[in-house]
Amino acid sequence: MSENFAASLYVLAAILFIFALRGLSSPESSRTGNMLGVVGMVVAMGTTLFLLQDSSALTWGGILLAVVIGGGIGAVIARKIAMTAMPQLIAAFHSLVGMAAVLVAWATFLAPDTFDIVAPGGGIHGLSVLEMSLGVAIGAITFSGSVIAFAKLQGVMSGAPILLPGRHAINLLIGAVILLGILLVSVDTSYQNIWLFAIITLLSFLIGLLIIIPVGGADMPVVVSMLNSYSGWAAAGIGFTLSNVALIITGALVGSSGAILSYIMCRGMNRSFVSVILGGFGSEENAVGGTVETRSVKQGNASDAAFIMENAAFVVIVPGYGMAVAQAQHALREMADILKSRGVKVVYAIHPVAGRMPGHMNVLLAEAGVPYDEVFELEDINSQFAQADVAFVIGANDVTNPSAKTDKSSPIYGMPVLDVEKARTVLFSKRGMGAGYAGVENELFFRDNTMMLFGDARKMVEEIVKSF
Amino acid sequence: MEAVDTSLFLLVIFILAVFVGYFVVWSVTPALHTPLMSVTNAISSVIVVGALIALGLDSTNATGTVAKLLGFLAVLLSAVNIFGGFMVTWRMLSMYRKREK
Repeated sequence: MSENFAASLYVLAAILFIFALRGLSSPESSRTGNMLGVVGMVVAMGTTLFLLQDSSALTWGGILLAVVIGGGIGAVIARKIAMTAMPQLIAAFHSLVGMAAVLVAWATFLAPDTFDIVAPGGGIHGLSVLEMSLGVAIGAITFSGSVIAFAKLQGVMSGAPILLPGRHAINLLIGAVILLGILLVSVDTSYQNIWLFAIITLLSFLIGLLIIIPVGGADMPVVVSMLNSYSGWAAAGIGFTLSNVALIITGALVGSSGAILSYIMCRGMNRSFVSVILGGFGSEENAVGGTVETRSVKQGNASDAAFIMENAAFVVIVPGYGMAVAQAQHALREMADILKSRGVKVVYAIHPVAGRMPGHMNVLLAEAGVPYDEVFELEDINSQFAQADVAFVIGANDVTNPSAKTDKSSPIYGMPVLDVEKARTVLFSKRGMGAGYAGVENELFFRDNTMMLFGDARKMVEEIVKSF
Repeated sequence: MEAVDTSLFLLVIFILAVFVGYFVVWSVTPALHTPLMSVTNAISSVIVVGALIALGLDSTNATGTVAKLLGFLAVLLSAVNIFGGFMVTWRMLSMYRKREK
């Protein structure tokens, strides 16, 4: 196979990947898109296999073994994983891309002749070293950052932010040393030794860990999106070293995809990307108030809720992370089905940052069998709350807080919220009176048209179903 | 005039691909943002290309052998991601249904 033909096939693979993403513009085209992505991967891998330097039994045996073991593990995980665990699975997958980038960068550093990047005067081409060291650094950050994100999402590690004293200074120092190291290996071949490259790698692992530990649990949608972006940039860095267009284009696609998702998540919280990454939100550091709440709330039980909803014409369900924790989505759909069978119009309203990753609630509702055309995004549903008889809030809190629109002193002031208070009655399913993630009291609880339903979200919904 | 370096062309491809990514990703419906993340994960594992080259190198010395071994590990990790990523995306996408009329 000629080099030009191979390069064309890599371009073809990249185009197929673009179509895989393009397909996600609607659920109907998404499955075709996914298949095109698979074809693209087969083309890219097949092309590479034709060009292998050493086609001994050892190489082929190694490839077969690695693909069978790795592919087997991947296939089993993909089939077994619960949809509620999707955020931590994605974090774990990001860590693997990061580690693969680190390993490939090291392989190119150790065997530059194989990758055609030897400089005329001996040593490795300066530009290639720059590309591979950027690849190794971003890959290492992606790896260790994703491991921490995984541990927090899985609950192995507390979701609370961990704040080291002087952490910004430490991070800046480590970052500066990494950049200096990358500069040294790139400009002068005499610095191209294993030790300096190892220091760059190790410090990058360290900083990846340090930048994620101060970020709190509910900021995870931003972190997971950001790591998604990093895994793309790492792949692109390696793509430049290998002069491989499939890797460069894919890296750019994934990098910008993750960046856009991070932006959407930050916008959903009205916070800057920098403030999320500096961390500490939702910790003691900026807990507000201290005023003890003395106002009383109106409490109800399942049969009250059932009665109100049965007699409604239009119900909007607002699910949040608490619904996922309580695994209440199936019971919720059952409730919606009964209401629909009695002529009640039921739709779902989703806030952009509901859950622990972008689109988390949509997947959970889809799994429970909720048709996607009954699920609406914030900007499409907000005007409809005024016509709704009931807003049923389950496991969400901050995203419904009306003080985000009015109270300038609130930490969540300016955050786009769902206008649930405009509904005739608000039913609020919640475990207790505790404040939300942002540490802010929700004004909504004390409104005259709000009825609190205290208890486990799933049990509450199951009881409502029984009360119909 | 000397010839333009290939690296510059690669950089141009990269920059244009960032623009393509920007427009394609904004067209993705928010309901499919989770599958978007899992499929970008799967396609970024095209880094397996570099891993395969490393695993398939002709090792004549100790460092070459180490590079080959690193290649093996990288192929393994990428394979987890490729199979896991595409399959879990497929599983999610097949759950999205329209309302029965």
